[in-house]
Amino acid sequence: MKRYSVFAIAREALRYHTGWERAWRSPQPKKEYDAIIVGAGGHGLATAYYLGKNHGITNVAIIEKGWLGGGNTGRNTTIIRSNYLQDSSAAIYEKARSLYETMSQDLNYNVMFSPRGVMMLAQTHHEVRGYLRTAHANKLQGVETEFITPQRVKELCPILNIDGPRYPVLGALWQPRGGTGRHDAVAWGYARACSAMGMDIIQQCEVKGVRSENGVVKGVETTKGYIGCKKLGIVVAGHSGQVADMAGFRLPVEAVALQALVSEPIKPCMDVVVMANTVHGYMSQSDKGEMVIGGGTDGFNNYTQRGSFHHIEETLRALIETFPMISRLKMLRQWGGIVDMTGDRSPIISKTPLGNCFINCGWGTGGFKAIPGSGWAMADLMAKGEPGPLAAEFDMWRFKEGRFIDESVAAGVAH
Amino acid sequence: MLLIECPYCGVKAEETELSPGYEAHLKRFGPGSTDEEFEAYMFARKNPKGVHFERWRHAYGCGKWFLAARCTATLEVFGTYPAQVGEPPADIIEKIKARRPDWKGYK
Repeated sequence: MKRYSVFAIAREALRYHTGWERAWRSPQPKKEYDAIIVGAGGHGLATAYYLGKNHGITNVAIIEKGWLGGGNTGRNTTIIRSNYLQDSSAAIYEKARSLYETMSQDLNYNVMFSPRGVMMLAQTHHEVRGYLRTAHANKLQGVETEFITPQRVKELCPILNIDGPRYPVLGALWQPRGGTGRHDAVAWGYARACSAMGMDIIQQCEVKGVRSENGVVKGVETTKGYIGCKKLGIVVAGHSGQVADMAGFRLPVEAVALQALVSEPIKPCMDVVVMANTVHGYMSQSDKGEMVIGGGTDGFNNYTQRGSFHHIEETLRALIETFPMISRLKMLRQWGGIVDMTGDRSPIISKTPLGNCFINCGWGTGGFKAIPGSGWAMADLMAKGEPGPLAAEFDMWRFKEGRFIDESVAAGVAH
Repeated sequence: MLLIECPYCGVKAEETELSPGYEAHLKRFGPGSTDEEFEAYMFARKNPKGVHFERWRHAYGCGKWFLAARCTATLEVFGTYPAQVGEPPADIIEKIKARRPDWKGYK
């Protein structure tokens, strides 16, 4: 792999850009691998990358039904934050956030991490108490957040209407080192680094079955034939239930559609990420000038990658109240992704009933921010066969045993 | 937008008029049940990509809970029926089989 650098740009500029090579190979699958990761989204590619980087396992295939980064990795609102209440959540999301800070250098790929700051508005007294509590918890967890006044909110984001008629802003939970990143680049950067380590990324290769004997996975049946493996990692987000079904176990997840949309590009008007959870809408401005807006999930099981229109209407109604200046803005694009929701709204990074099969799923509506931390923890689990400290509490048996990591209560919505 | 007919009042209701209630025909477990039974009842949903039996409430209409058979991969609604039944009625099963010949059946 040729390194990307300012010298490479200068060199290519002098020879009509003929020297750039493909960022990753597109090989045919081998007969067998030490490890197969199903799903070449951010989490799957990150898992493969840290398997190679941290554990020296490079005989790895990442197989993908569509194209890499084409699922939720390319469909989210690119927000990165770690201001969670529960210790185990804060630990893994903060690990992820800190890895984002050095990811461009680590991968030699510009992921455009922009620590512009994330604020979560408190618009009811209940939320004020909740965020004060989170701010205290974050102090103990080593996550840098603070509860700020409405005046400070207005200074940080002048276009915000802090004395709205229904829900005036009473303060905000502010994480100055949160921000946004370039979501596609995260997948592309990991893919390029994995390919450079000799891993095979096999796109347009759908898993049709999991072959196992005596509780041990032997390989997977795919549209490109049977591929053997010594270890299997299932990292497929919305379709986790389907792949788990092939492997013969049921997951405590349900698939629902989550929507996002972007406006026409306008001049720079906000340089922070704002989340308004009471009215339910969140917004940031992309480098292209589009306002990137996240909506809510549908309340019914759905695999269509399209959500219901009335959720967009509700989100925009909320945001127009919060940001009156966007009321005449046209929306350019709107899309949906299928998210896998668990009962406690926390992810699953777990061993499974099959000895050498591992699963990473249940990130629900908040997966992008966790990509590097999730990959780190999953690689640890796959390499050692036992979860490390980051993944220890995220096993799938916690639902049976009542050990919930209850972010559904802690985070409310927009998590 | 989903259009679902309420089997009680006969109104072809838009989604905004309804409240979704997730999987139908759950077997409920009470005090004295095992951890596995509670987990199955509370968390282990079928979550199929395809035919799904689910609860809906005609919240801004007659207010009644009813059940619907719907495809989660296409959003096609096969039919609705009253909630006071233990499993999907035969005519609904027939309607689904006519539309999805390779459907493996309820269970």
